[in-house]
Amino acid sequence: MSKSITVRYFALFREHAGIGEEQIDSDALTAGDLFAELQDRHGSSEPLGHCKVAINDEMADWGAALKDGDTVLLFPPVAGG
Amino acid sequence: MQIGAARIDPDALRRELFDHAAGAYVSFEGWIRNRNEGHDVLRLEYEAYDLIAVKEGEKVIAEAREKYALLQAHCVHRTGLLELGECAVWVGVSSAHRDEAFQACRYIIDQVKVRLPVWKKEHYVDGHSGWVNCERCAAHG
Repeated sequence: MSKSITVRYFALFREHAGIGEEQIDSDALTAGDLFAELQDRHGSSEPLGHCKVAINDEMADWGAALKDGDTVLLFPPVAGG
Repeated sequence: MQIGAARIDPDALRRELFDHAAGAYVSFEGWIRNRNEGHDVLRLEYEAYDLIAVKEGEKVIAEAREKYALLQAHCVHRTGLLELGECAVWVGVSSAHRDEAFQACRYIIDQVKVRLPVWKKEHYVDGHSGWVNCERCAAHG
């Protein structure tokens, strides 16, 4: 069933998407599925393993299940320090 | 753990770690350097997702406290535009003996660099710019 998801993009992903945040309807079951779906749409090619995801402000695994109303934060490879 | 645009003042941060039980204090400062991967760097721009960066940083510090016998530990990371020579990240720890302090400081900075949602964009002398690591990850698969 289609879910309403708020997606927030950071750094490189925001530049690829051209926006910082969007609300989408998606059939993606997991965060990883959503990532693949959005990469296709925005033309990103970062390997999943180098990126991180947070759901509703908590760090999550790519296998985490998505539910209607979730806010998913997509983090490109980090580079602190 | 602190994340913010304010300039880092290592002396002030160091004073907060004073502890009469401490025989050792170790700190690390990450500075903006003028070259990276063959490019002449003009300045750096840091972006962070503060809410999770602080939470994750607190977790890293808590882990360091569990692994090593620390008295005090603190970390600060800058955001925004930073010029050459500025301090982008500061870690300080105090402990009874130096071994724990050295190891804990190393642990905190290593974890902070790979776990916190912080990104840096290098602005080069030639006018180009690029997100650090992102391009490298893409190029190296």
